[in-house]
Amino acid sequence: MSEKKFRQKKWQTTLFFTVIIVVTFISSSITKFNFIHSMTTFPSAFTWIFSNLMITEESFKKLPTILTKLNETIFMAIAASTTAAALSLFLGVMGSKTTKVNNVFSVIARVIASFSRNIPIVAWALILLISFGQNSLTGFLALFIGSVGFLTRAFIESIDEADQSSVEALTATGATYFQIISKAVIPQSLPQIISWTLFMIETNIRSATLVGILTGTGIGYSFDLYYKSMDYNTVALITFTIVITVILIELMSNYIRKVII
Amino acid sequence: MSLLEIKHLNKSYDSKTNVLKDINFEIESGDLVSVIGPSGAGKSTLLRCINRMVNFDDGKIIFDGKDTTHYKKRELRKLRTDIGMVFQHYNLVPRLTVIENVLHGRLGYKSTIQGLLSMFTEVEKENAFSLLDTLGIVEHAYKRCDQLSGGQQQRVGIARALIQNPKLILCDEPIASLDPNASKVIMTYLKQITRDMNITCIVNLHQVDVAREYSDRIIALNKGAVVFDGSHLQLTEERMNHVYGMETRELITV
Repeated sequence: MSEKKFRQKKWQTTLFFTVIIVVTFISSSITKFNFIHSMTTFPSAFTWIFSNLMITEESFKKLPTILTKLNETIFMAIAASTTAAALSLFLGVMGSKTTKVNNVFSVIARVIASFSRNIPIVAWALILLISFGQNSLTGFLALFIGSVGFLTRAFIESIDEADQSSVEALTATGATYFQIISKAVIPQSLPQIISWTLFMIETNIRSATLVGILTGTGIGYSFDLYYKSMDYNTVALITFTIVITVILIELMSNYIRKVII
Repeated sequence: MSLLEIKHLNKSYDSKTNVLKDINFEIESGDLVSVIGPSGAGKSTLLRCINRMVNFDDGKIIFDGKDTTHYKKRELRKLRTDIGMVFQHYNLVPRLTVIENVLHGRLGYKSTIQGLLSMFTEVEKENAFSLLDTLGIVEHAYKRCDQLSGGQQQRVGIARALIQNPKLILCDEPIASLDPNASKVIMTYLKQITRDMNITCIVNLHQVDVAREYSDRIIALNKGAVVFDGSHLQLTEERMNHVYGMETRELITV
């Protein structure tokens, strides 16, 4: 690297950080966000949280109903993730550079994926709410569509990364397209495919709570209900059960990953 | 009648350079033929033209009495079941077991559904085990391929080619990634295959001494053209220089 280029690079770094700082100040002044002021509200906010969001014995009695609702949410999240994984696997094979049948299908698969991925899941829930009404199907579909977008993208990358050498070998034995996909491509991408699907289940359990608030189903609905009736003790219990569930699911999927790979 | 006949084969990847220039030869059944030549001479391309993993521009390939030049999907599949292939990097599915990889060699004979559901007959499975036994790796049948050594993996590759019941096996640098001992084992097996099963082998090789020792016939390529074709006895020092060029030869012998 010449000295001139080196100096130029240093200048670029300085300029880059200056621009970021300036942009931060401008945007905080436009949005009237005052950092000092927001920091001073922290103590009172925490006092409120600790005095109100406590799990009491009374709220504990509602645990059985909460758990049924939580089950509903968990199973909906799992069902949405696994069905989405099945469709995404197909789209992934179509969309991947290495396994595509032709460019038309590849582009279609990629468009479907990016369309469903780039609209936030909350927006999907609200859009579907109008056409499907307040029921668990709406929640399922919102999660399903979001998952298809994400998983297709992830599967395309997993398949692209898979070693092509065994594909060549199977082609040379006279195997058909679908045989090659199922015997050479899928077995090699399987660890990533399963890993991404497990990740999707974890994410969907979190998202299902939010989607549930909108669609009036599952644990999200219970959360919304108790929150609006100002029963903060139960809200705390619900939050606690969600946290526990997410941690448990994460531990389980980590274990599954370890076994499979 | 010869098993394989190649007539006036030409191939280029772009308009400027010809990878293969007017290749002509015939190969008899049951021969072990080595193809030698420097890197980039077109050895791999030549091999892949025979089972049409690569399409050639013009010329004719006659395999087992049939002109395969214009074969399309179904006929091509049929052709490939008759031609096994062994690769430098073994090209196995590393996460699957040895026996699964060997049985992949039967996929060409199966319908898509039979293949997807791994519906292999008892006879096929027994064949797979007896091939593994012949190649001395039957005790590894249920191990994942990525747990085997290079030499063992190459033997799995050979078993996969053999279970196709091929008339011809194409070996693309089968020993280039192996140590001398494993190389010797692999070459001995290939020799044994041609002798005992009357299967023809065409082997791309870098090592001239190995080619001399094992093959019935040597074909040398340089810059896409055949520069030598004959038995190892005819491959004199002078002709070797012609194949590899004076300076590189010195480099090899040192």
